[in-house]
Amino acid sequence: MSRPMRWIIALSALLALSAFAQATPVRIGSKVFTESVILGELARATAQQAGVDAVHQRELGGTSILWKALQQGDIDVYSEYTGTITHELLKNVAPDADIPTLRERLKPLGIGITDSLGFNNTYAVGMLESKAAQLHISKLSDLTAHPELRFGFSNEFIDRADGWPGIRQRYGLPQTQVRGLDHALSYRAVASNAVDAIDLYSTDAEIPYYHLRTLDDDRHYFPRYEAVYLYRLALVQSAPAFVTALQKLAGRIDENAMRQMNARVKLQGMKEDVVVAAFLGIRADTSADKGLWSRLLQTSIEHIKLVILSLGLAVLLAIPLGILAARLRRLGQLVIGLTGILQTVPSLAMFVFMIPIFGIGTWPAIAALFLYSLLPIVRNTHAGLVGIAPELRESAAAMGLPRSVRLRRVELPLATRSILAGIKTAAVINVGTATLAALIGAGGYGQPILTGIRLDNISLILEGAIPAAILALLAQGLFEGIERWLTPRGLRLEARQ
Amino acid sequence: MAATEAQRIGFTLDQASKRYGNVLALDNISLDFAAGTTTALIGSSGSGKSTVLRLLLGLDYPDTGSIKIDGRVLDHAHVLELRRRIGYVIQEGGLFPHLTVLGNLALLPRYLGWHNEKIRQRAEELAVLTHLPVDVMTRYPAELSGGQRQRVALMRGLMADPDALLLDEPLGALDPIVRHELQDELKRIFEQLGKTVIIVTHDLAEAAWFAERLVLMRHGVVVQDGSLDDLRERPADPFVTRFVEAQRRLPEVRA
Repeated sequence: MSRPMRWIIALSALLALSAFAQATPVRIGSKVFTESVILGELARATAQQAGVDAVHQRELGGTSILWKALQQGDIDVYSEYTGTITHELLKNVAPDADIPTLRERLKPLGIGITDSLGFNNTYAVGMLESKAAQLHISKLSDLTAHPELRFGFSNEFIDRADGWPGIRQRYGLPQTQVRGLDHALSYRAVASNAVDAIDLYSTDAEIPYYHLRTLDDDRHYFPRYEAVYLYRLALVQSAPAFVTALQKLAGRIDENAMRQMNARVKLQGMKEDVVVAAFLGIRADTSADKGLWSRLLQTSIEHIKLVILSLGLAVLLAIPLGILAARLRRLGQLVIGLTGILQTVPSLAMFVFMIPIFGIGTWPAIAALFLYSLLPIVRNTHAGLVGIAPELRESAAAMGLPRSVRLRRVELPLATRSILAGIKTAAVINVGTATLAALIGAGGYGQPILTGIRLDNISLILEGAIPAAILALLAQGLFEGIERWLTPRGLRLEARQ
Repeated sequence: MAATEAQRIGFTLDQASKRYGNVLALDNISLDFAAGTTTALIGSSGSGKSTVLRLLLGLDYPDTGSIKIDGRVLDHAHVLELRRRIGYVIQEGGLFPHLTVLGNLALLPRYLGWHNEKIRQRAEELAVLTHLPVDVMTRYPAELSGGQRQRVALMRGLMADPDALLLDEPLGALDPIVRHELQDELKRIFEQLGKTVIIVTHDLAEAAWFAERLVLMRHGVVVQDGSLDDLRERPADPFVTRFVEAQRRLPEVRA
């Protein structure tokens, strides 16, 4: 078999592995915290009851990702809070605007809003009961007397206008030790005295569990955070039964019911769909309830698909770029410099940057991974070609062969090892980085890791982490095999001398 | 296999200069290589003799002056076509390590559209000419001896039956016995083929073995252009004498 043929076979086999069709039922999104996932599951179960096909894309990210996804039509529904809508999503709206006002303001955006589901999940600041009692702190204004206190706030709370910057100003808080933490981890941090106060959602199940005191918002800073669903108005035409059913959920969940559902998931380890089914008084749909192996199969397929597609596309672009870079010195430095800059973009940021262009889900993740894969391949292709001994390059030129023939018959074969090493590096990096893709709804091994962090469940984290490590090793092994297959025998003999 | 008169090719350097960075490799030199003659370019390393070959192949172009092939000025448009009329052999062969001997030999013929049978026949014909065992054909360069590599490099240069052979220190990396043997064979082959041959070497004895006409170069200029006798008897300047006398002879046998 000729060597170009082998390259084509190796590439197309990799690409073919990843052809999976995608259906488009109603798509429900949720943020990366338990209550949002439960409400997402509730919307899905409600759709199912109304006879509408729906999927729940869990744990897509923070508010801005969900809001963008809803506006772009990547998802159709997600649960939101009125305080967030007035403070973060809409501009020039009174902080205490009521739901009918919000409905008017959202309408031009093509987005509808249900009435309050029945509970107010406002932000709060909490401390360990024992510590608060000792320092005589019961309300937020008491904090001004204790500048030495260390705060651990969720990243979203630190940045949001209605979060830390707002209360600091309103209460004149002097504390300077403020750290960003994942919300699910912050309870552990406060319980172990790593920080003194954290932000809370008032329906969090952990408040009683960890014996936390919720500090009174005595200057009434935090607005109301009534839970609602936001949905695309297009659904009124395409799935009217679902919209009606969704609206009927209004007023049905009080604060206590929500806290109980949160507790069942977070503290008792029950699954969201089971908890929701119990709430609705229906049987949980166990058909969707998968065992470990079928979950592993699904995350593996998602993960491998991300890696293969992004890597395949990167190979197709990066090898020609590397060849060009080796040909034209100036351009080469530019290309390698640019791909090098791409590499310095923090991976999480890279994923988020892709959302405005590709929406959420698989494609933005592939785009981000693709960009990360470019540098190692471009650099190694360039290095492999530039590193060819000058007398070999000249021998080929002196024969009177045109450039294209020299490239195909002499230069690329001589650079094979270096190019393949670049692809291997890209693949291994890619397998690891792809775990972040779950944050923008692309699934993969990052999904169980994300859920595991949220639920504080180590075995779930391992369910993603172990296969990711194994896959990285397999990728390494696979590419070493491909390298042996594609490296011309003469080069192996030469290397042995 | 002998080349006919029409297939021969002549080269001319006309007031050619070439600079690499700060080094003036060729300083306004003019040389004629008539079709069908054998010439040896000699001189120390850095004298510019290899640069002459590179210019004749169009691997580099002179900064001033020109290269003429059969009286026509060499330009970019015709350079590939010209190179195919020249066999080029360098020190240690410059064989492609990823290809077998046959693969190395077939590279240009395959591009020229020869079918496999013709390539194989020609390779066997040249193996006979260069005394290369036929079973070596399927080996890789890494599996060959130095002498075999040099033979294969010569075969590769001769595959498409070029009109000229340019050889740059072709025997420089060989041990004395193999070198001596190959000197014999090369001379026989040159005479047999009757092509235009330019051979670069720093060894005066080797140069005189191959060619009547010796061109001694130093610092990018031609110091003397003539026969071995001219160099010995009528040196153009003291450097020529020094170069001639720098060749070692075996000590006389003592009685």
